[in-house]
Amino acid sequence: MNKNYFEVLRPGINSTFQDSGRNNFYHIGIPFSGAMDNRNFLLANTISNNGINNPVLEFAYQGPKLKYIGENISINVTGDVNFKIIRKNKNLEFGCYENIVLENNDCLDVLSTNRSVYGYLSIGGTFEVDYYLNSCSTNTKAKIGANSGEKLEIGQIIQLKNIKKILPKNKIEYLNSKIENIRIIKGPHFDYFSKDAIVSFFSNEFNVTKLSDRMGIRLKGPKINNIKNTNIKSEGLVKGVIQITADGDPIIMLSDHGTIGGYPKIGVVISADYDKLVQIPPGTKIKFKEINLKDAETIFKLYEMETQNLISNIK
Amino acid sequence: MIKNISNLGDAALYCDFGTEVNKEINRNVINYFNNLRDSNFLGITNITPSYNKLVISFDLKLTSFAKLKKQVENLELKKNNNSKNNLIKIPVCCAEEFALDIKRLQKLLKINEAKIYETFFSKNYYCYMTGFIAGMPFLGDMDKSLFAKRLETPRVKVPKNSIGITEQFCNIYTFESPGGWNIIGKTPVDIFDNKKNTDPNLINPGDTISFYPISKLEYEKKYE
Repeated sequence: MNKNYFEVLRPGINSTFQDSGRNNFYHIGIPFSGAMDNRNFLLANTISNNGINNPVLEFAYQGPKLKYIGENISINVTGDVNFKIIRKNKNLEFGCYENIVLENNDCLDVLSTNRSVYGYLSIGGTFEVDYYLNSCSTNTKAKIGANSGEKLEIGQIIQLKNIKKILPKNKIEYLNSKIENIRIIKGPHFDYFSKDAIVSFFSNEFNVTKLSDRMGIRLKGPKINNIKNTNIKSEGLVKGVIQITADGDPIIMLSDHGTIGGYPKIGVVISADYDKLVQIPPGTKIKFKEINLKDAETIFKLYEMETQNLISNIK
Repeated sequence: MIKNISNLGDAALYCDFGTEVNKEINRNVINYFNNLRDSNFLGITNITPSYNKLVISFDLKLTSFAKLKKQVENLELKKNNNSKNNLIKIPVCCAEEFALDIKRLQKLLKINEAKIYETFFSKNYYCYMTGFIAGMPFLGDMDKSLFAKRLETPRVKVPKNSIGITEQFCNIYTFESPGGWNIIGKTPVDIFDNKKNTDPNLINPGDTISFYPISKLEYEKKYE
């Protein structure tokens, strides 16, 4: 047994190991998975001086409480996260996006994500996890990836390896966006819906319901009236597809989505808005805006440049 | 052939092969799928064949809709690319405790149990696609006499390895899952093996499946 490990005192609501995702298996029903918020995943590994595809621990809402045993280690938390370190019965407060040092017997308590959903824990080293089909991303439906495809459980031990020497702070100044306008591109079944339904879809707000998880976001709002057929012959889906169910409610496919689906697709969220989409918590109202492919591609380039700027301004 | 290629969002191609569901169209889809798998076009992250569509997702950092569309349009298809497709025999136990909907089907179809099974086992089935949940094959076509609607209220939990039928299709529930198909039996064979790190699924798009009946005793033996 390694001498550096975490003991899980509280697993949190939905804590899983993730990397950048599992390519090339949609055709056998295995979704992409991977960290939901790609930028925060990338920043976490960057601050840790890790490879960009190193596993991180993703948590949602309430995160885990972990007791650390081992030599001093640098860790960092990304996202909009409230956490503390308990050292010898004292509560120590720290910020996100910078390396902090965890000592033997310290307890890391990830209390909550603030008006957001996902946060990430990265370490100066590597979580020792199982790989399946070239990725450690946990998929709890197919029971594959790290931790035998399961969420963290109370009492379990997380082994760590390749512990690095204490890292510089590597602080990044980053404010998580709280914008609730989501830009989309028309889907292949746009003409399944009445003109009034389309107007209503873009002019009204939709409520993010509690029935939202790594598979998808279910929305409630005005019913979207289908004038053609509420079902299609099942076909491939991608992250960000917005299907309208037979009940007239939109459902947005997220990283663990079923690979094929039989509801008409009214639109697809642009790649540049995916990170902020997944961070919108239940109870929030969102609004859709239609843009064209060319603009979406330009906005994605800007998103990529912004990410690179954040990384190059590391201190 | 592909009738139209449009964009599905900013990071996927939506290739339309038609609206009907038949083997001819689907073989076209799968031929493209197999050829694209061998193509090494930059940036492709996933290719999803279905009855009459092919969705190709890509990494927007590496390529774009316009670039990849041109490559797909100019793709030279190798004609006989069905070497990857196999005939697979799947045993099915139709004991009462596994055939959850056989009584409903007798009423619905107005044929007796023996005839339902005789008809079901007499045909080979073609795998149009796999997915929804990991490894689940969508097989067809059923004999017309067995066309049955889905359950009015889907089951919250269909047991793993159940064989289900609805309309012209049958499938195998590779995991315990919610579902509304009529369950007629269960196989002891794991169609998706999450311990296998290469080719975890037994049935691939384009494969042919023949089911054969086994007794409860044989079922239990196979499970050991």
